[in-house]
Formats: sequence, structure tokens, C-alpha cells
Amino acid sequence: MTSDQTIQVQINGRDKEIPDGLSVSALLGHLQLHPGMVVVEHNGAILRREALAGASVRPGDTLELVHFVGGG
Amino acid sequence: MTEMMAGPRTGDEPLVIAGRALRSRLLVGTGKYRTNDEMVQAVEASGAEVVTVAVRRVDLDRTREEGVLFHLDPERYLLLPNTAGCYTAEDAVRYARLARAAGFTEWVKLEVIGDPETLLPDAEATLRAARELAADGFQVLAYTNDDLITALRLEDAGCAAVMPLASPIGSGLGLINPFNIRTIKSRLTVPVIVDAGVGTASDAALTMEQGVDGILMNTAIAEARDAVGMARAMGLATEAGRLAYLAGRMPRRERAVPSSPARGMLS
Repeated sequence: MTSDQTIQVQINGRDKEIPDGLSVSALLGHLQLHPGMVVVEHNGAILRREALAGASVRPGDTLELVHFVGGG
Repeated sequence: MTEMMAGPRTGDEPLVIAGRALRSRLLVGTGKYRTNDEMVQAVEASGAEVVTVAVRRVDLDRTREEGVLFHLDPERYLLLPNTAGCYTAEDAVRYARLARAAGFTEWVKLEVIGDPETLLPDAEATLRAARELAADGFQVLAYTNDDLITALRLEDAGCAAVMPLASPIGSGLGLINPFNIRTIKSRLTVPVIVDAGVGTASDAALTMEQGVDGILMNTAIAEARDAVGMARAMGLATEAGRLAYLAGRMPRRERAVPSSPARGMLS
């Protein structure tokens, strides 16, 4: 499904070039992140885990990928 | 496990927050540890069942730096996400919703800071966020000042627990205003958990002796020379302070009273 073309998106505040045609869950795989350990905010909307595979990443999208770290 | 189901081993009632019975009255954080291994061992040694975690961006440059879920089993501990680092109600609500989307819990430790130097809470923003989150189905455990009026309003806002500070976050200054804490405890129906400021085991015992329902701490354990040893000390001190509160202390007297009989002395 993935083409050779790339698109520009913003991930965690940084510009990133990623393959075109990825779903959000495929993007997590591309970034070598475990989908069960990450929560995704896609263009300001929080994605439920079930929605990751159906959400497509398009040029110019903004993604926030967060997880739990040590804290008080 | 049987012990957990049967309730506390000490004759105390379990601490019940949002319908969940907890054997330990100590809640601990997972920040500032030197290693993940030390953190895991300290959490275990503390006896805590509720363990706080923070929500942060994944570090894309070092994805091998694992999140806390790789080390703490959410089946074994009730992971309590916090909104630490948030300075507005809107940010805190956003962090809380991100945390809930992870799918482990509806609980959130709400923390809205009002000042970077003291890290004291913003009461107004905390209240606004608490109302919004409670209306959205969250079980809100709200970090707040040791102020009765704010505490009452947080309870009224639907918080599952109210968590006044002993002293500022990370200060280790101990329980600065026992009177305020007792006042809050005497007036609230929801559990009162003292959060932040405890420095060592005697602080934990003194705090529990005020009659509060529990303590949440992080730095006092993580920054101890032997974090695992301090975690155990804090667990014992929390329980000791609780038992002393339940047992009732003797009156203070400004004169000595002998413990041995005055009668029967040799002439």
C-alpha cells in the first residue's frame, strides 16, 4: 500500500518526513513504537486504540505521541 | 492475595477511593529514580497499590528509552496518571484525556500548578478542571493547597479524593500545618490524602496521626540514599501513624507522672 513518495508531517513538535499512505498504526510501526504503550493525538483529536488502523496520515498533519513515564 | 481481599492486617479499615478498597494507605510516585530497577523495587517495598505516572511525549530520538509500562504491571498496580507540569485547566484536561485513552483507568491525579518557583497549586484552575473531568466520568484525585474552602469546593465539584499538600512538592519540609490538615479532614466526606512535602518516616507518621486517609509521596523515597530502604520505612511509618491515630494518643501534660507504683517502696 505504501508508495515510494514521502509526506511532511509534524510529530511531537518536529517536522518529519514519512512514507505516504500510512495509517496511524502503520506510522507507529514505522517509528518502532509499541501501539499498546502509546496514545496518539491526531490533529488535536485523541484516537482510541481501535481507531489507529483506520486513521490515515495526510500531508501537514500534526501528531502527538505520548506515553507514561515516571512521575509523582 | 487473601490478605488483600480480607482487608488490612492491622485491624484498620481499608482505604476506599471511588469504590475501590485499598489495603495500603501509602500511594507512591515513580519519578526521579536513578534506575528503573530501583523504582520497581522501591514501589514493591513501599507496599503501595496506587502508583502515579506522568504523561509525556515519546522521545523519537531514543525510542529504546522505554515508558514506565514496560516496568510496572498495570494488572498488579493501579496506575494513577497525573497532570503534573500543567499550568492551565485546559492543559490538565487534555493530559487527563490522553491518559484515559491508554485504557487502564478512569482515575486521574489532577494537578494544576500556579507558580513555577513554589509549584503551589492554582486553586481556581484546579476547580475548573475538576468540574470538567468529573462531569466527563473521571475519578478525580485533586492535588490542592491545605485550604479548607478549596478542599470543600473540590469535594463539591465531584472529586473522588482531595489531596492537600503537607508542604511544597519536592521540598521534604514535612507537615507544615497540621491544624489545616485536621480541619480539612474533619469537614470532608471523601478521602483526604496528603500529597507532597513529606521528607522522612517521622513526617509520614505525624501526617497519618492527624487522621487523614492516606499519603502520596515520591521524592522522599526516590532521593533517599537507599530508596528501597526508605520505601519500606515509609510503608511502616504510614501504617504506624494510622494505628496511633486509631489508638488515640495520651494527653500531653506539663508535669511528670511516674509509671511505677509510688507505693511499696522500701523504707
